[in-house]
Amino acid sequence: MELIVASTVGVLTAGGVYLLLRLRTFPVILGLALLSYAVNVFLFASGRLAIDQSPILAKYGEATYTDPLPQALVLTAIVISFGMTAVLVMIGLGAYLEAESDRVDIEPEMRDATDKGESA
Amino acid sequence: MSWVLSLPLIIPFATAVFAFLLRNSPLGRWTSLVGSSVGLVASIALMSTVLHHQVITGQMGNWPAPFGITLVADLLSAVMVLITAITGIAVAIYALGDIDETRERLGYHALFQVLIAGVTGAFLTGDLFNLYVWFEVMLIASFGLLVLGGSREQIDGGVKYVTLNLISTIMFLTGIGLIYGLTGTLNLADLSGKLDAVENQGLVTVIAMLFMVAFGVKAAVFPLFFWLPASYHTPSFAVSAVFAGLLTKVGVYALIRTFTLLFDGDVGLTHTILLWVAGFTMVTGVLGAAVQNDFRKILSFHIVSQIGYMIMGLALLTPLALLGAVFYLLHHIIVKANLFLIAGVAKQLTGSTELAKIGGLYRSSPLLAALFLIPAFSLAGFPPLSGFWAKYILVKASLDEELWFLAFVALAVGLMTIFSMTKIWAEVFWKAHPDGRQPALSGLVGRTSLIVPIAGLALMTMVVGLMPEPFVTFAEQSAAQLLDPTPYITTVLGPQP
Repeated sequence: MELIVASTVGVLTAGGVYLLLRLRTFPVILGLALLSYAVNVFLFASGRLAIDQSPILAKYGEATYTDPLPQALVLTAIVISFGMTAVLVMIGLGAYLEAESDRVDIEPEMRDATDKGESA
Repeated sequence: MSWVLSLPLIIPFATAVFAFLLRNSPLGRWTSLVGSSVGLVASIALMSTVLHHQVITGQMGNWPAPFGITLVADLLSAVMVLITAITGIAVAIYALGDIDETRERLGYHALFQVLIAGVTGAFLTGDLFNLYVWFEVMLIASFGLLVLGGSREQIDGGVKYVTLNLISTIMFLTGIGLIYGLTGTLNLADLSGKLDAVENQGLVTVIAMLFMVAFGVKAAVFPLFFWLPASYHTPSFAVSAVFAGLLTKVGVYALIRTFTLLFDGDVGLTHTILLWVAGFTMVTGVLGAAVQNDFRKILSFHIVSQIGYMIMGLALLTPLALLGAVFYLLHHIIVKANLFLIAGVAKQLTGSTELAKIGGLYRSSPLLAALFLIPAFSLAGFPPLSGFWAKYILVKASLDEELWFLAFVALAVGLMTIFSMTKIWAEVFWKAHPDGRQPALSGLVGRTSLIVPIAGLALMTMVVGLMPEPFVTFAEQSAAQLLDPTPYITTVLGPQP
């Protein structure tokens, strides 16, 4: 279980960083989404991994439980990162439609020159 | 007690709702102004309560700390909330003359109030995850404000701003995950004790580094500041003034809070890194400004350079240095917001912000020229303005620590700041307008609403500069609270064994 969760976080982070470095809007957005998934899973695991347990403090008997707080945190983080991704998609789309180029790393004036250079 | 704490948050949110409903009517902008005024009253009430009680706390939903969400105000939080409200009202007045109806219909006033609420929340919260939520509230409002109106330049700056800020958020969340896994709590006061008791101090240092990078991006320190000069010169002037005044300072506040309250275990490592960061931030910022030829781009790079001074105060971690950092924070917000507001008026009068294309303001509108000199000289550190005292205290603090080179860097950067300010002065005010225009204030539409906030903020700079003593005493008490967090912890958690 630990191995699966740990490698999931690792693979998601690696994929996210790779996509971020592509420096074009769409891969960057996907990369940020992957990174936020990675951090969400990580946050979830910070309450320790417990399988098949209810997130309620067991009042009676010896029953174990899983920590409910990280679940609440992850829920908040998922909602916020979803909203952020939506905003980023809109801004990225706007930038692409305005400038007809989706590079995120250079200034608008330089971009015109570079894109012409690339197509030539 | 709890109402005093929550009102500065509730008021801007309520105003945002009304301003959004009234966005198509001229009443919207007045709603925003009234909301900001009421918010100012609420934060003055908070300030006077905190001055009386030192630290006050409130548990939201009546869950006892450390389980519920805690709001805490010590002297630093309270004064930051107050200065946020002051900047808020200055920009709300300025917006009457600066924001056109198209932007109003798109919901400028609602976004602005949400931004103020987010900033205030970040200053008042006593919980790490809650701090993350306030950061996001503030960021989503600032994304909206940044691209409002949607010119190509704005959207382009917006992409960089959003991307880098999201990466910093991800770092912050990772740090929160680690810290929860390590201690089982996210309440700042609770963490303060529990982090010291953790066996694995190496992991605590890792968390400290994650937080330093996350807040460093938001505070725009070297080498993480590149989003700032790429985006701050693009939105409308009211927006860039409130960004320049407040947003990066939330990052600085978060750094000061966490690196005095939480991560004071390995000062030799963390604060030495901060010291280097501070030096490089000052130098790169001021050098970046020296090569720019646009009014707002110069000012944007100067934000970076000034952040370095505040980080320097934090990194030295002596009572005098922290005093300087707090004083610098307060002085800088007023001065920087004011300079961006003046750039806005200069743009309206002369038609551009590019230094080569404008000029002639000294002859035709001497009042504006005089009002520019006050914040500009204060930024550069001329006596007797507020910036002089701020720089003097910090340089004195670094000399006391025998860090001669750092003191030299701080002074040299001050000199370079004068260079940039005289460049603006010569190009914008002294030389004649290249098109032979005579830009006079009397021809300005809505000039009362544009000039009143500028004059008000300039007056505050003068007052702080001429009568620094009460402010220095205040900053001293605030620094003492930061260095000895016992009252903070006992107020939040109750008496400790």
